[in-house]
Amino acid sequence: MSEKLRMTEALLEFRAVSKRFVKRLDAVERLAKRLGAQVTEHTVHAVDHVSFAVAQGEVVGLVGESGCGKSTLGRLGCGLHRPTEGEVLYRGVSVFAGGGRQPPIQMIFQDPFASLNPRMRIAEIVGEAPRVHGLVPKAQVADYVADLLKRVGLDASYARRYPHQFSGGQRARIGIARALAVKPEFLICDEAVAALDVSIQAQVLNLFMDLREQLGLTYLFISHDLGVVRHLSNRVVVMYLGRVVEIAPTAALFASPNHPYTKALLAEVPRIDRKRRTFVPIKGEIPSPLAPPPGCHFHPRCPQAMARCAAEAPALREIAPGRWSACHLND
Amino acid sequence: MKGSQVLLEVDNLQTEFATRDGVLRAVQGVSFGLDRGQILGLVGESGSGKSVTGFSILGLIDPPGRIAGGSVRFDGQELVGAPEQRLRALRGKRIAMIFQDPMMTLNPVLSVETQMVETVLAHEQVSRQAARDRALDALGRVGIASPQERLAQYPHQFSGGMRQRVAIAIALLHNPDLVIADEPTTALDVTVQGQILYEMQKLVREVGSALIWITHDLAVIAGLADRVAVMYAGRIVEEGAVDEVLGAPAHPYTRGLLDSVPANNVGARRLNQIPGMTPSLLKLAPGCAFRERCKYAAERCGQMPELAALGARRVRCHFPLAVTANVA
Repeated sequence: MSEKLRMTEALLEFRAVSKRFVKRLDAVERLAKRLGAQVTEHTVHAVDHVSFAVAQGEVVGLVGESGCGKSTLGRLGCGLHRPTEGEVLYRGVSVFAGGGRQPPIQMIFQDPFASLNPRMRIAEIVGEAPRVHGLVPKAQVADYVADLLKRVGLDASYARRYPHQFSGGQRARIGIARALAVKPEFLICDEAVAALDVSIQAQVLNLFMDLREQLGLTYLFISHDLGVVRHLSNRVVVMYLGRVVEIAPTAALFASPNHPYTKALLAEVPRIDRKRRTFVPIKGEIPSPLAPPPGCHFHPRCPQAMARCAAEAPALREIAPGRWSACHLND
Repeated sequence: MKGSQVLLEVDNLQTEFATRDGVLRAVQGVSFGLDRGQILGLVGESGSGKSVTGFSILGLIDPPGRIAGGSVRFDGQELVGAPEQRLRALRGKRIAMIFQDPMMTLNPVLSVETQMVETVLAHEQVSRQAARDRALDALGRVGIASPQERLAQYPHQFSGGMRQRVAIAIALLHNPDLVIADEPTTALDVTVQGQILYEMQKLVREVGSALIWITHDLAVIAGLADRVAVMYAGRIVEEGAVDEVLGAPAHPYTRGLLDSVPANNVGARRLNQIPGMTPSLLKLAPGCAFRERCKYAAERCGQMPELAALGARRVRCHFPLAVTANVA
């Protein structure tokens, strides 16, 4: 990446963040428990001691399969969830510091159909937040919205329409315009292009990169699509069942993945240049986060698992400058 | 083996839906053939008509939709306009379908055993015990561990990948001649998708079934299929051997699709994007549907090009891209 996007300061930092969701007992279950039945609360360890930082100007890709906790981590990052343990810091200050100061982080959601209020006009969807927060004087909101729509490649006359009048790709652009309306420094994109067709997806990805240059944005880009992450990111964080298993610069990760899970993940990605290949699958599926396996979470599926892997969870350690991996094989 | 090599011939298939805003022509004259044991990838973006083509083959189009014309010949029999009774005898027996969402195929209030035994008994007169043994064997074949236990369970006790395996096991119970799979791995994780692709590839080879794999993912097709047909706005725009079509596309749309995949732009700052968006099928202008987005479009494109042979492939374009030095 170019020199002007020098990465120095840590903008968003996760410090040993954990998030557990507890399903509380309902009235019937409480009664059953009082009568002596074996009922316990269910706890899901969605995110388990995750630490990493995103530097100013960087694009960090967060990959993993469903249920690995990547979306929960994204929501923790912009303060939609409170961590059970640990801290989320923005420029060194907790995102929950309060004092009327919200960190300049915005989120872009996966479903361009569910994330726009169907009964609001585009002008209101995009213009509401900057008006309420007093970023733009009331009289100038219309012009401000028109500018934003143009910036994301939409016609300014669309402001009077409703979401159902737009295609999926256009809705994705509206979601981006809404996020940009409050002048964020940091965008968290949660599967922001997953619902789009290939040709539209390319348009939106290009838009993300243009905005990054024009506005100096920093991204945490959450996706299950390794091709997309490879294209956009400077660094990649790989999660498995709530834990970070590997962090590496994008080129290094794709050239020589260290963790057996990363290796398996890269091997499974279908590629156009591999024609009529024989698929060799990795065995098993992601275990339930309600009952994760002991030790390294990946050991039941790992081709190189040892006795130690079932007993002891490997720590995330630096294996080379800028490269981190959580695997006993590196000892 | 039975009969000729050709298993399925779809000729000028037209399927339309009556909507409030007029007649929506979802499939407008699709023609292709499929040999026994062959794997065809049917690729396109949303609204291209790829799924409707798959559903039309099995006669699964309900009002307000209807098959407006064309023919589907399966092993010599005409399926368009065939009596429902004859289609029922084929469905699940000689032609099976696998859907994107396995919950669409599985009944949530019946055990897997009930559903599988029912499928066997619907087409064959065997004892319950024999049907149960077949079901056990089928579950084992798709890689489900401890099938004895799993057979007694209900769909909600299975994970997404396991449910899709059950759906595949049901589809393969009668060793069908043709399997139509509509985006069966789209909702699954990459590692699980890899497993399902592996099982499917192995099973269709063992059973000798032909397979139509409907997807928007070119990369899956590249690894799995023998032939590929690319659809755009209800028509096939390019069809041929996978290596040829994906290796050197002749239609500007196929080229554009391949170019917009991030994996084909490694190191590039920007992706090559196709401008504009897919046209509404209700307001389709005459001529080539892709011309609004095509950089090669000329006046001639106002007339619909035929799906014409170009070497071993077929392409619907007045100005096909040069695929080799000697093909202009």
